[in-house]
Amino acid sequence: MKKTAAGVLILIALCALFAPLIAPYDYSRQFRDSPGVAANSQFPMGTDDLGRDRFSRLIYATRISILLAPAAALVSILLALLISAVTATRAAWASHALSGFTALCTSLPWIFLFIILRALLPLNTQPAESILITFGLMGIAGWAWPARIFTASIREMRNSGWLVQAQASGMAPRRIALIHAWPHLRAVAAAQFRALLPAYILSEASLGLLGLGVAEPLPSWGNLLAELQHPDRIQSNPWVLAPLALLMIVMICLEVIQ
Amino acid sequence: VKPIAALCCACIVAAGAAAGQARELRLCLSSEPKTFDPLKVSEQSSEIVRYLTGGVLVRVNRVTDQLQPELAESWKLSDGGRAITFYLRSGLKFSNGAPLTANDVARTFNAALDPKQAAPVGDIFRSEQGTPEAHAVSPLEVTIRYAQPKPGIDRLFDGLSIVPANAGKLPVSAGPFFVSEYQPGDYVRLARNPNYWKRDATGKQLPYLDSIRLDIQPNRDIELTRFLRGEIQFVDKLDPANFDRVSKAQPAAARNLGASLDSEFMWFNQSPASGLPDWKRKWFSSVVFRHAISLSIHRNDLARIVYRGHAHAALGPVSPANRFWFNSALKPLPFDSQAALNFLAPEGFALRDGTLRDRAGHAVEFSLITNAGNRPREAMAALIQDDLRKIGIRVNIVTLDFSSLIERITKTSQYEAGLLGLANIEIDPDAQMNVWLSSGGMHAWYPSQKSPATPWEARIDQLELAQASQPSRDARKKAFDEVQKILVDQEAIIYLVNPDYLVATSPTLSGTRPSAAPPQVLWNIEWLRLD
Repeated sequence: MKKTAAGVLILIALCALFAPLIAPYDYSRQFRDSPGVAANSQFPMGTDDLGRDRFSRLIYATRISILLAPAAALVSILLALLISAVTATRAAWASHALSGFTALCTSLPWIFLFIILRALLPLNTQPAESILITFGLMGIAGWAWPARIFTASIREMRNSGWLVQAQASGMAPRRIALIHAWPHLRAVAAAQFRALLPAYILSEASLGLLGLGVAEPLPSWGNLLAELQHPDRIQSNPWVLAPLALLMIVMICLEVIQ
Repeated sequence: VKPIAALCCACIVAAGAAAGQARELRLCLSSEPKTFDPLKVSEQSSEIVRYLTGGVLVRVNRVTDQLQPELAESWKLSDGGRAITFYLRSGLKFSNGAPLTANDVARTFNAALDPKQAAPVGDIFRSEQGTPEAHAVSPLEVTIRYAQPKPGIDRLFDGLSIVPANAGKLPVSAGPFFVSEYQPGDYVRLARNPNYWKRDATGKQLPYLDSIRLDIQPNRDIELTRFLRGEIQFVDKLDPANFDRVSKAQPAAARNLGASLDSEFMWFNQSPASGLPDWKRKWFSSVVFRHAISLSIHRNDLARIVYRGHAHAALGPVSPANRFWFNSALKPLPFDSQAALNFLAPEGFALRDGTLRDRAGHAVEFSLITNAGNRPREAMAALIQDDLRKIGIRVNIVTLDFSSLIERITKTSQYEAGLLGLANIEIDPDAQMNVWLSSGGMHAWYPSQKSPATPWEARIDQLELAQASQPSRDARKKAFDEVQKILVDQEAIIYLVNPDYLVATSPTLSGTRPSAAPPQVLWNIEWLRLD
């Protein structure tokens, strides 16, 4: 089962990597005589409202989302782990300070902060830069939620017998962290990663409303999923659901191989 | 005999039930009405309630564009356009039975112009010299005097609903309906005014409908679903996708009323406050550059693809739906990418390796801002981006939340090009004076100029001010025709499309005479029937 899941993930990653070879058309090419057509021999998944081939756009979107959403989730997880580890191993005041800071960060109206941030960014940002800015911001802004979980887990470890024994035997802190603590935290980190991944993919679509998402004409899973706001399109062309199906497949595979 | 008697009884009961059945029209308001005071109306939902309930002296017939008498039987302009006298019908009453006299008209007018009331409706009646005043000459005669002639004064009274001295929380009215019930956040019910003066040719008192229920429903998808379920009988201003959905589900209900008064357009920021590099401002200030951009945009594709064929390529600042004010001499703006390049060549622009460069070698690139979440505008921007790519111009589309967008356009001027639309609710071009005058805050490409930046803007200022003080409509039209011609020649605003006006009306609703001017389907509400 794990092998199948890994195989599927590798296949999807390869499709994304070799998108220019697999996609029949450029993601931005507009077939203006065929807007919104259903799947046919020319367009395997039909076309969107502007006459762009859905299949080609999905492959290119996978390239962006499957690389950048996990990267952003990884940034959040690493930041959260680092901050939690540093504070949880210090005095009680540091732990309290982190607790207050994470509470502050989770209660911040990020949407408004993003609006202010967008106002500060130049308008003539290249699409590639806008992608990096978007996912980078999400990665940095999303550390507080996993940090709470990590802090609680690390605090629990501090009282465990195996840690006391390791410390008493004179083991170096770095060695304790890598050999004893990390295996305990790995499952928590994996669960947090899986929770953040779809959240970031969907957040990217929401950030589009602030001008921070993946800019036209670049496709992403987020802006393809935004089409689901119009349920009547699903009836006329069920392939509109393809990005959702792909997202679910990726999530299930990640769940299986953990 | 018994069965026949029973059948007769059943028929009588059924007929009685049918006769007693209320003919209630149901539709949705997109937001809570902020006021029921006709003088305080400042947003769309309150304006709909005001229109449906308000008794006015005269009504602009939305189909013929002619004035027709309402509470005033007749009217007369005098003193060179400085005074207007209205002669009221006799026996007029408010919905509560109180008599409506010239005193009520005078009081309403003076209250609308009272600075303490801050009544938005008063703005259209103000004059540069002095405050006009209304005097009741007799119970049926009221005269309004101005210090200087006020062109088009008679038509302005279409927007002034006459109110009694003490209007109350749910005000009485002199129109076809009055506000009878209000459940905040839920609905407003308008009941038939039993004292309404108007009758049909057979002598039957209008309106035909017994009541109107206005459900407060901000979600347009839910509104449409309710229409398709038969819970409401009318949906205003559908987007093309939802219109096609209605066309498939209930073909008889989908109605395309033709081009609306609205227009979609793009423009370049020419304001010196923009902080743009000189070379970029030079492009944007060049009529040749703007004309080349205009030539490269396939307007028919915008109408066909973005609006699914429910829009028309725009010809200029006024929609052809505005039959009187539209300059019919304007020609369709062509699409010709090669002609655009030829046009740019003498200005030093050249296409090299797929990129258009100016004389100094700068690659032609600009950002185009529009409001996020507005699907038609986002799609138009994507098509324009593709059209301009063909002449080597790179367009970066930036979608912003509406308040950030307006702040950039009207305050900080930090943008390069914009794509927006104007939802016109007035037929008269005076309503857009703040767009055309160089000193206007909505003069999109370079707002609030201290003095006109170009000779052609000076000429527009001159024509606009001249037409605004002309008593003759034909003379005003002639001046405004020239304004339209200048705007199309200069293309400071590049007009794209006029979307069609799309509505869904239940086949049971009859008597409608839709027009481009608001409230498009409901303007003759007293004549509408539910069969």
